[in-house]
Amino acid sequence: MTLEAAGFWGLAAVLLASSLAVVLTRNLFHSVLYLAVALVATGGVFLLLDAAFLFGVQLLLYAGGVVTIVVFAIMLTERLVGERIRQTSRSLVPGALLAVAVLGSVCVFLRRASLPVKRPPLAGALTAALGEALVTRYVMAFELLAVLFVAALLGALYFARTDD
Amino acid sequence: MGLRMYVLLAAAVFAIGLFGVTTRRNAVGILLGIELMLNAVNINFVAFARYNASVAGMVFALFTIAITVAEIAVGLAIVIAIFRVRKTVDADHLDLLKG
Repeated sequence: MTLEAAGFWGLAAVLLASSLAVVLTRNLFHSVLYLAVALVATGGVFLLLDAAFLFGVQLLLYAGGVVTIVVFAIMLTERLVGERIRQTSRSLVPGALLAVAVLGSVCVFLRRASLPVKRPPLAGALTAALGEALVTRYVMAFELLAVLFVAALLGALYFARTDD
Repeated sequence: MGLRMYVLLAAAVFAIGLFGVTTRRNAVGILLGIELMLNAVNINFVAFARYNASVAGMVFALFTIAITVAEIAVGLAIVIAIFRVRKTVDADHLDLLKG
C-alpha cells in the first residue's frame, strides 16, 4: 500500500466517522467539536491532493473561524449546562432513505463515468499558480468577494444589534 | 488512488450532511449539516482540479470556503436574532411566515 493510499483511507475513516458524529450526537456542543475534526480531516484530503494552500485556508477560515462563531452562537442561545443543549432529531427514517438514495444515485453515475486514475504531473508550484490566477483571470470575482464580505458583515451586525 | 475514490468520499460526506439537514430540529444543527455538505463539494472541486491539472477548481474551492464563512456568520446572526424574539431555535416552532 502506498503512502497516499494509507493516508487516504485513514483520513476517509476519520472524516466519515466525525461527519456521522456531527449529525447523530445529541449534545450540540459535541456536534461542533466533531465538525472541527471533520473540517481538519477535509484539510488533510486537500493536502493529499497537493493543495497545501487550501489546507491552510481550510484550517484558518473553517476550522478556526466557523467553529469559533458556532461555539459563540451556541453559548448565546443555549445554556452550557442543563437540558437545553440536548437536541432531538425527527423523521430519522425518511432522512436516512433520502441520504442513501442520493449516495446510491451518485454511485450509479460513478460506475458509468470514466474518470482519470493517474494524476498529471504538476507544471510548477501550485500555490503560485493559484495566486496568479486569482489576481489575473479571476480578479473580478476576487474583488466582488470583498463586497460580499462587507455586505455579510453589515448584515450580521444589523441582525445581531440590540434595539435601543 | 483514482479520482473515483475522492468523488465517492465526497458523495458520502454530502449524504451524511443531507441526513443532518433533514433530521435536525435545532437551527444550529441544521447549519452544521449545511457546512458538511459544502465541505463535500469542496473536496470534489479540489480533486477534479488536481486530476485535470487545472487551477480553476481550486480557485472555485477558495471562493466557496470564503462564501461559506460569510453565510455561516449571517445565518448564525439570524439564529441569534430569532432566539431573542422567540426564545427558541427549534426549527419546527419557527413558522412565523406560515400563511
